[in-house]
Amino acid sequence: MLGPIIETLIGGLLTGVLYALVALGFVLIFKASGVFNFAQGAMVLFAALSVARLSEVMPLVFAVAIAVVIMVVLAYVIERLVLRPLVNQEGIILFMATLGVAYFIDGFGQTVWGSDIYKINLGIPKDPMFFFEGVFPGGILIDREEVAAAAVCAILVAGLAIFFQVTRTGRALRAVADDHQAAQSVGIPLNYIWLIVWAVAGIVAIAAGMVWGSKLGVQFSISLVALKALPVLILGGFTSIPGAIVGGLIIGAGEKLAEVLLGPILIKTFDLAGGGIENWFAYMLALVFLLFRPQGLFGERIIERI
Amino acid sequence: MTLKILGAAVAAAVGVTALAAPALAQNEQFIPALVYRTGAYAPNGVPFANGIADYYKLVNARDNGINGVRITTEECEFGYATDRGVECYERLKKKGPTGAAYVIPLSTGVTFALTEKTATDKIPLITMGYGRSESRDGTVFHWNFPLLGTYWTASDIILQHIARKEGGFDKLKGKKIALVYHDSPYGKEPIALLTERAKRHGFETMFLPVTHPGVEQKATWLQIRQQRPNYVLLWGWGVMNSTSIKEAVAVGYPRSQMYGVWWSGAEPDVRPAEGGATGYNAVTLQHTAGQFKVHEDLKRHVYDKNQGSAKWDETGEILYVRGLINAMLGVEAIRTAQEKFGKGKPMTGEQVRWGLENLNITADRIKQLGFDGVLQPIRVTCQDHEGARTGRIQTWDGKNWKISSDWYTSDDKVIAPMVKDAASKYASEKKITAGCLN
Repeated sequence: MLGPIIETLIGGLLTGVLYALVALGFVLIFKASGVFNFAQGAMVLFAALSVARLSEVMPLVFAVAIAVVIMVVLAYVIERLVLRPLVNQEGIILFMATLGVAYFIDGFGQTVWGSDIYKINLGIPKDPMFFFEGVFPGGILIDREEVAAAAVCAILVAGLAIFFQVTRTGRALRAVADDHQAAQSVGIPLNYIWLIVWAVAGIVAIAAGMVWGSKLGVQFSISLVALKALPVLILGGFTSIPGAIVGGLIIGAGEKLAEVLLGPILIKTFDLAGGGIENWFAYMLALVFLLFRPQGLFGERIIERI
Repeated sequence: MTLKILGAAVAAAVGVTALAAPALAQNEQFIPALVYRTGAYAPNGVPFANGIADYYKLVNARDNGINGVRITTEECEFGYATDRGVECYERLKKKGPTGAAYVIPLSTGVTFALTEKTATDKIPLITMGYGRSESRDGTVFHWNFPLLGTYWTASDIILQHIARKEGGFDKLKGKKIALVYHDSPYGKEPIALLTERAKRHGFETMFLPVTHPGVEQKATWLQIRQQRPNYVLLWGWGVMNSTSIKEAVAVGYPRSQMYGVWWSGAEPDVRPAEGGATGYNAVTLQHTAGQFKVHEDLKRHVYDKNQGSAKWDETGEILYVRGLINAMLGVEAIRTAQEKFGKGKPMTGEQVRWGLENLNITADRIKQLGFDGVLQPIRVTCQDHEGARTGRIQTWDGKNWKISSDWYTSDDKVIAPMVKDAASKYASEKKITAGCLN
């Protein structure tokens, strides 16, 4: 029994890294602008479609480079046409605007690139790896693709950490995240910062889109992966990059262990037609964490004195 | 001034339309098309919609319609969302001189939602290869036509094939058969048949639901790896299918022991897994992939005139061919109805229902229609709205689907009592008096 539990735990942790990849894009934008970007899933789809369709006619490296340009242009257009006119509006207005952006990108992406299933081949072998075959019957299975995704995620987080800590723009981003007005008063241009942060979120969307696209094939459903990032954000906090990672790991491991261990018990106890508990269990897990840490695991505690 | 000109133009346009519409409409048969060309299920919805659209174009171009009645159609995009599907139906049901001839929802969710509405509106609901399995009982489900096969037929054919491989149903005793299914009314349909067969033959079942859209199935496939069922049946749609096959590769489950329903056995289901899908099987809704005799006409009358909805290379794909077959069955029902109610006239939904209930497509007629070797004869009656319950197993060889079994017919000794029970229950719940309509 221990072997399957360890295997499920490892599989869950690796899947959690994939969720964290998507959650990172949400965190970046929320941290810098206080906007919950509902369009992040659509951006992942659009980025993946761009890479997949471009890589049909050119080497993958060039396709990724052009996709970066496309995502920066998209960030510019969103900043210019959607965010700038809404400066100083309520957060909910900005959220609703991103809802519109999501539907637009979903439709526009499929119109431009098509709605079939496209491939992104990262050259990762699909065969599983087995460890400890002498200890556990059948060994412990690990998915190579997910290990590669974890590596991509680690590189991204390291890159983002360097960007935020070392570069001038990164420091400006942190300043804006801490206090918009104070940052503006010392001459940090808010519009420029928003453009940068949306562009960085776009690049993170390319990474997430490539990993998920390689796993599932590039198709509309990739945009729905964003739904898997929501409990990660609730748990990890909307403003913390480490929170997105740790939240992803907890949600990934929690939902898989629940499905494998708790699901069959619930089916037997309540005579259910099936399990399928992992989707709602992820949210329940996040809500339980919120009972004890309302700001999320790594979120900033809001104390308002009156 | 400008307003006056605009007003005059509008008045003129309305006048012209008012004059032209009845003249045009007299000889038109309107058929609504509920489609999903966008969204999570678009890779499956697009080829099916293209097949249907192209068959109507072919009938208009080659035969000048059905005995001179030209087919008009209008697509309504519903993205596989049940609420939007119902909206589309409501919007289109009264179009054309006689209203909608029939409706093809290509969604079990929409089928469930429309089953009572279409009975009130007197519009037949053609659900070829999907919908409620008990709806084949036409004495209760007067307006539903699950032509060519229900999910009980599909699962029974798969079990017959597995039993034949194992050396007989008695050899299934002690074996474990898992069902990985879309957690929706569609996915749950085969559970009743599998449970019944398991009771009879002593095999163990394992039901594993996958929530929409099915992009994350790690836990499901880890359970399969850990419990090692002898066979896995796949009841998915859209991205769920390809993800299942990819996860089977990831956990090392043999694809040769996997059997999909006909909605899990098309090109978009296997291509994303590339070589990993080799050996994967699916039951056919009679037909497989390929270009047949009907394609020669399609090429000459539609594609050579740049009127095709798809790329020519895609017209041999499973879901496109299924769209052609589905449209052909609808057209033949209208033709049958015209034989009784008047050739060369557009038919009402009620008349088309009669046509469907008296549909008799013989081997000769199949040959004339260009579907020789693709379909077996179909005969619909009031008691049997399924019309045929045969299928084969096809296997993906890495590049193409290949037929890998003989024909099977689902066992009515098992299924008929189940249909009777479920239909009677439905009739008493909905206070329907069982019996044939005129």
